[in-house]
Amino acid sequence: MAILVNSDTRLVVQGITGGEGTFHTKQAIEYGTKVVAGVTPGKGGRKWEDKVPVFNTVEQAVSEAGANTSIIFVPPPFAADAILEAIDAGIAVIVTITEGIPVKDLIIVKEALNRSGTHMVGGNCPGVITPGQAKVGIMPGFIHQPGHCGVISRSGTLTYEAVKQLSDRGIGQSTCIGIGGDAINGSTFVDCLKLFNEDPDTNAVVLIGEIGGTAEEAAADYIKTNFKKPVVAFIAGRTAPPGRRMGHAGAIIAGGKGTAAEKIAALKEAGIQVSESPADIGATLESVLKVA
Amino acid sequence: MKIHEHQGKEILRQYDVAVPRGGVAFSVDEAAKIARGLGSWPVVVKAQIHAGGRGKGGGVKLAKSEAEVRDVAGKILGMNLVTHQTGPQGKKVQRLLVEEGIDIARELYAGIVLDRAVSKNTFMVSTEGGMEIEKVAAETPEKIVKAAIDPLTGFQPFQARKLAFALGLTGDAFKSGVKFLTALYKAYEAIDGSLAEINPLVVTKDGKVMALDAKINFDDNALFRHKDLVEMRDLTEEEPAEVEASKYDLNYIKLDGKVGCMVNGAGLAMATMDIIKLHGGEPANFLDVGGAASAETVENGFRIILQDPNVKAVLINIFGGIVRCDRVAGGVIEAIQKVKANLPVVVRLEGTNADIAAKMLEESPLKFIIAKDLADAAKKAVAAV
Repeated sequence: MAILVNSDTRLVVQGITGGEGTFHTKQAIEYGTKVVAGVTPGKGGRKWEDKVPVFNTVEQAVSEAGANTSIIFVPPPFAADAILEAIDAGIAVIVTITEGIPVKDLIIVKEALNRSGTHMVGGNCPGVITPGQAKVGIMPGFIHQPGHCGVISRSGTLTYEAVKQLSDRGIGQSTCIGIGGDAINGSTFVDCLKLFNEDPDTNAVVLIGEIGGTAEEAAADYIKTNFKKPVVAFIAGRTAPPGRRMGHAGAIIAGGKGTAAEKIAALKEAGIQVSESPADIGATLESVLKVA
Repeated sequence: MKIHEHQGKEILRQYDVAVPRGGVAFSVDEAAKIARGLGSWPVVVKAQIHAGGRGKGGGVKLAKSEAEVRDVAGKILGMNLVTHQTGPQGKKVQRLLVEEGIDIARELYAGIVLDRAVSKNTFMVSTEGGMEIEKVAAETPEKIVKAAIDPLTGFQPFQARKLAFALGLTGDAFKSGVKFLTALYKAYEAIDGSLAEINPLVVTKDGKVMALDAKINFDDNALFRHKDLVEMRDLTEEEPAEVEASKYDLNYIKLDGKVGCMVNGAGLAMATMDIIKLHGGEPANFLDVGGAASAETVENGFRIILQDPNVKAVLINIFGGIVRCDRVAGGVIEAIQKVKANLPVVVRLEGTNADIAAKMLEESPLKFIIAKDLADAAKKAVAAV
């Protein structure tokens, strides 16, 4: 089972012929992901690396290769268009890796997503992995282990850090999702929590947030009233100064809102264990699981 | 990206948003010339720096004659202006905005910003002009009236009317206000704004609505389609090390501690700063070298960190992931030899070939302090200061 991606995932890579697209497609295939198509407008009819058929449109990738999931490596000026094309083609899950998509474009994308049945993760994210089944992203596959802990995070390498801590303790993961560091995300913490709540393969969740916005507070609200499984959290950026964008477009304390202290307070209020140190995320989950 | 008030007003003027007449001056003579050209007295002379609170700091003065303009312009140009947003060190004033004085009947507030909770732009107005909007939001939230903009239909006339009514505008001022708000939103959309804040928005004694101040920020991700706006960037308003870092696509923010940090990934970089603090130290900076940490990025990062004389030790925390750690280690060794860094360097490398990387660092002639994990790295870095 797991969520979003699994052994039934049939992946189309939008931007497969670019440098990043090529590199990460190889990694995904090596991990065992079924990559059924690539899309690069104007390069349709070829075979990528003599293996994967390349199409001009996502629609063809769906109708001719049976793609149901897309990963997007298209550069920022054209990324929104690529996403809208995937939504239009009826792709069920889109993972947008592209970093630097303008907010104005993302507002339109979000509206189109709301009116469709498509789930999108990202942009500016490491992607989604269901260990042992499918890797739809740029994360290192080998640090993951199949298991029953879900991971949701706004970060990339910090997620790897947390996952490694879990795997080192023998705690495998059901699905790990990097929702991305932008101000607007295709999927929010709450969207992912809803999926994990219904997933029989997931029995606990690690949530990794950071400063900026109110997505963590919304997650705390949802968990308090609806979520049935134990949750452990970490919030990055307690030492971040206000008014400065900390790398991620979304990681900024603006107008006194979005501080780590507010988020940690909201999570604790909802009965969630918050790890004080980024080095103790795995240990904190372990202790919560022992009690449960 | 941030710009000056005078640049913001020039942009607004292009989109028919009412602003006072005026111009930018870099010298006393220029200021006097602009004032003469305005043809009416008094005029206002405003210091142009990228920070608010300029009036309280003595950076905004009224002048009733050309002699007075010369006097106040001479005093403000070159002054070190300290406001609540500049920090105690202040900012040197290098340019002035000279504009016509306005007969103000009322001071209001208007702002446009992304509401991340609903992924839509939101137009906010308040009758509490001239105050910090954060304070109004915290103390009297009922005095802020909002309109969320549907991305499909855009900002609609009924919304402009609702906001204008909420501001208590009537008669000519109402008409002028609706026109103003509509034009402001159009400008915000066209320039890929991330913030348009008009505080105060004023109603003049003859019933016109105009922007007495203008704070316009841009979405950095959209700058690729606004080459003309990029030219407005004033590098002298930014931290020099941060400007240099941006040339190499590095994300650097200077802080006040002693432990320099070099990390790949923004989230991990923040977490690394946090864990340094947890172990009793203070981070000297935020530095994200990006997903793939090459020898070149490490070298540039090092040089930038070491420009800060407060740095007494450096912590390199790289979660290599798909990037091979032995390559990163090679880059670190090469970079430190080139930069001739002469201070404790704690290295934590994780990911593919981490063991080979640790061995390379240990066997290098440089005295690296190898850390086995994140907590160990933080402890060792704090101890090394």
